Amino acid sequence: MIDLDRLCRAEWGHLLSSLIRAFGDFDLAEDALQEAFAAAVVDWPVSPPNDPVAWLYGTARHRAIDRIRHRTRSATLLAELAPFDERHLQSTADDSAVPDERLRLIFTCCHPALSEEAQVALALRTLGGLSTEEIAHAFLVPHATMAQRLVRAKAKIREAAIPYEIPSAAELPDRLGAVMAVLYLIFNEGYSSAAASSPERGTLCAEAIELTRMLRALLRSGLGCDSPEVDSLLALMLLHDARRDARMTADGQVVLLEAQDRAHWDHAEIAEGCALVQSALARARPGTYALEAAIAAVHAESTSREDTDWPQIAALYQRLLALHPSPVVALNHAAAVAMAEGPERALPLVEALAEPLASYHLWHAARADLLRQLDRPRDAIQSYERARALTQNESELRFLGRRIDELRARVH
Amino acid sequence: MKYLLLIYENEKRFEKGYDKAELAEYGVFGKEFASAIQGGNALKPTSTATTVRVREGKRLTTDGPFAETKEQLTGFYLIDASDLDQALVMAEKIPAARTGSIEVRPIMTFA
Repeated sequence: MIDLDRLCRAEWGHLLSSLIRAFGDFDLAEDALQEAFAAAVVDWPVSPPNDPVAWLYGTARHRAIDRIRHRTRSATLLAELAPFDERHLQSTADDSAVPDERLRLIFTCCHPALSEEAQVALALRTLGGLSTEEIAHAFLVPHATMAQRLVRAKAKIREAAIPYEIPSAAELPDRLGAVMAVLYLIFNEGYSSAAASSPERGTLCAEAIELTRMLRALLRSGLGCDSPEVDSLLALMLLHDARRDARMTADGQVVLLEAQDRAHWDHAEIAEGCALVQSALARARPGTYALEAAIAAVHAESTSREDTDWPQIAALYQRLLALHPSPVVALNHAAAVAMAEGPERALPLVEALAEPLASYHLWHAARADLLRQLDRPRDAIQSYERARALTQNESELRFLGRRIDELRARVH
Repeated sequence: MKYLLLIYENEKRFEKGYDKAELAEYGVFGKEFASAIQGGNALKPTSTATTVRVREGKRLTTDGPFAETKEQLTGFYLIDASDLDQALVMAEKIPAARTGSIEVRPIMTFA
């Protein structure tokens, strides 16, 4: 018995990319493929195909041709309909080698002429094979909103003629950067959002990892291109994902890194992530993903908070800061300095960030934590309270509440 | 596929006339993409513009552009490109892209 759901998830992007290439039309390809899967539900229990992928491709292609015929009401108009390849109509005999055009699809879906929201939704729908419903769920928006977003994105691709092509060598680094940004956005949406413990969120993390693996394999097979930054991005995702289960309690409370049960980390993911980032660091000057992955790797390889190589983490943040100056990175650097050299060295670094981060709850929480360690409980309580006023994340609210209660008990 | 490249800039830059070196750059741009460019012009400043609207069958004529904005439409090119990427490459090469912005709009075709 063929598992159709699994086959759909595994082969959707492959089949769709090929159909879009053949017919030059996202909607037509998607509708035809959906019909082919629907037909499989009926046909396969009776007569299972030898080659399921080829069956689906052939069926979808015929459905697409039927739709075009229906649309034009005349087969003679077919030739004038343009932008699809006639060869695909004629070569009905051999469906066994379905061309893989996913690399084109990746670059079209993550084209900078589309909004970031649209890029994310398109990548999940067309490459990941998630349903509109699933994507809407994961992003906590109504189904109609997500459907609308996808319709609009596909219309822009069609109306503005966003090309279905792999960028030229000159453009590749920039465009690859845009693709990686979208994949990381999907991962972070799953990892750090307010409802991080819901199963749909886990789907987003897994999906981002799957898509990054796909990108890595396609770059290698299609372009002979080995990108250390893509390897680093995959490493970064794996190393964070390895801690996903340990960073929340069953009732959805945040567990800080220092308190996480390291036995609950996924050690296979850690091993793969560490190997990837080590190889990437050996091959090229590290970019931001490589440095972030290296930081995650140091954490992942430590057996406890005390045992962690904090001076190395502080040094990595320093390099990250030089590459990508941002107040949030500076705050993380300060937090590492606190561990490596003590809270009194870190407090001035944190306070220097007061202006840019005044409305960032984690800045107040970090400052509060240093004040708590420096035995200034009253100041610490004030800062924790500011942090609490600036977040709506329930598990963070509970955590901040606990800290405030502990300190109040100390003051009285 | 045809696109209109709309050039938006702060027109105050041209109050004292056009810069010779910049005009020469436009000349170079025009030559480089001669086969793709189907038309185009620079526009006189918005102070010379008149806006027309018809409301309840009556023509309302007002001085100047419809809305006050930081950047104004100062010129345009009509081009023929194979796809959006090619149009974007051309837009990027318009000298005004460095000081203002270029809006790339596909041309509507009616069946």
